[in-house]
Amino acid sequence: MEPLYAELEEGEMELPAEPMHLNMGPSHPAMHGTIRIVLDLSGETIVRADVQVGYLHRGFEKMCERGTWAQVFPYVDRLNYVSPMLNNVGYALAVEKLCGLAVPDRCQWYRMILGELARLSDHLTCNGAMAMELGAFTPFLWLIKAREMVWDILEEETGARLTHSFGRIGGMANPPTADFKGLCRATLPKILGLVEEGEKMLLKNRIFMDRLENVGRISGAEATALGWTGPCLRSTGVAYDIRKAHPYLKYDEVDFDIPVGTKGDTLDRFLVRLGEIRQSKRIIDQALERMPDEGPISCDDPRFVLPDKGGVYTTIEATIQHFKLIMEGAKVPKGEVYSYTEAGNGELGYYLVSDGTGTPYRVRIRPPCFQITGGLSKLLEGRMLSDIVPTFGALNMIGGECDH
Amino acid sequence: MSQAVLDKLKERFGTAILETHAFFGDETAVIEPSQWKSVCAFLREDPALDFDMPVDLCAVDYPSRTPRLEVVLHLYSVPLGHRIRLKARVGDEDANDAELDSITSIWPGMNWLERETWDMSGVRFRGHPDLRRILMYPEFEGHPLQKTYPADRTQPLVAYRTEGEAGMSLNKLEPFGADEGMPFGRNPLPRAKES
Repeated sequence: MEPLYAELEEGEMELPAEPMHLNMGPSHPAMHGTIRIVLDLSGETIVRADVQVGYLHRGFEKMCERGTWAQVFPYVDRLNYVSPMLNNVGYALAVEKLCGLAVPDRCQWYRMILGELARLSDHLTCNGAMAMELGAFTPFLWLIKAREMVWDILEEETGARLTHSFGRIGGMANPPTADFKGLCRATLPKILGLVEEGEKMLLKNRIFMDRLENVGRISGAEATALGWTGPCLRSTGVAYDIRKAHPYLKYDEVDFDIPVGTKGDTLDRFLVRLGEIRQSKRIIDQALERMPDEGPISCDDPRFVLPDKGGVYTTIEATIQHFKLIMEGAKVPKGEVYSYTEAGNGELGYYLVSDGTGTPYRVRIRPPCFQITGGLSKLLEGRMLSDIVPTFGALNMIGGECDH
Repeated sequence: MSQAVLDKLKERFGTAILETHAFFGDETAVIEPSQWKSVCAFLREDPALDFDMPVDLCAVDYPSRTPRLEVVLHLYSVPLGHRIRLKARVGDEDANDAELDSITSIWPGMNWLERETWDMSGVRFRGHPDLRRILMYPEFEGHPLQKTYPADRTQPLVAYRTEGEAGMSLNKLEPFGADEGMPFGRNPLPRAKES
């Protein structure tokens, strides 16, 4: 063995290294079980990263062509399973655009509140899970505790914690419960309190900050050309939020800001999500003030909306209406439509083609995180292996949505 | 979406714009497939149009039409806030030879979308840097979103166990037959007449 004090030339100090292939995922805890990255490594530096998706592909679009328009709702729940209410509302709005339906005011406010609650749950999960993947387990518990409170409200309203299937063509399944407003008003400050505590533990932690800052940087122009939307695009400084740019529901009547980042790095994505949690609370507060306590929750159009259950059991008209809507499905007029809403991850678009029957001819979903994950390899190349975890975590890839 | 964009396209490309319409305020232009790339480059580069975001790309299968597949592209301009939908009709009556120029060089985000459209609907993109399947596995046969692909077809990578191999009764349900499930009044034949 050579003595340790042997004098070596500069060139001999480096160990000869050939690029190494490494499979990361799909069964890797940080890859959510649904992503595989084939890496070419030189030492610890990533030379090339090939991101492969599709492990959670369930033929969503094909299955939608086999049922009625209303039977798509349970499927959209399972796209972004962290914020299913936003998918429900997005799909309902798309079909309503095709049918030319306008839902009552009360329903619009209700949809907004439920949607923003779902957005809270989405951002809390993303930030919490990312912190946990970096080894910070306590903030994860704090944020998940807050998410539990959101889910408690949604459970109270819809009966299900996760897959609500609560949207309907032309309205919602049920009107708000009697103490909905009270429950929201009591819970929101608690959620914000937990977020603040979790945030303090992370943003004053040197290790956490060092692993996030300047990691996975991307410019606004690059992100736009990749088709990025949502918090990931806004972290680069592009203030594109569909709720502001093309308001739907009642978003033009409430007052809120769009948090934007400056550098487009992982820390900015984390901070933008935290900012949006606070903006969502502002929106919910205003919507709670303005949502009427009385009035219909669904529109009164027998061609698309189910009759109330009392009528179904006592009158022949309602029985027939119910039967036709369930067995044949609502006949959506012939045509095609692209409708887009701001979901937890960005622009959630539905491109629907109807041939005038009770079954969709084509349901195309534009999942925001498919495009975002498509840009992942660009963020990783030239970085270190350990940067994968925070970079990937902050993109908030949701398997169900990305792989449809 | 914006009517001005359509007018500008018609002025610049004339007969290459086969038809235009605007259902529900979604301005749509159907384009001669050979002009696909030049139209996209024009939309990207013209400062008055400035479509900088590729929103979505998919294909819709109409088995009774020739060309059979309709490729649908949605674009958005972040600075100007307008949208447009472009369509190109490709492929013969069996959905073969469905080819279109790749526009990955114009918007890098088209890379995965074109791979997905190839995987799901069978539209091949000329000049794509890496046209692999993306959602399905490489051994997969066919393109599942074509209407002629049966929804109940399974292609397991490892063949299902037989009862003999397992040495016990597996008690599996048979997959749906052609006459089972709910047809919902639609003609289940692939070459269904279009109304």
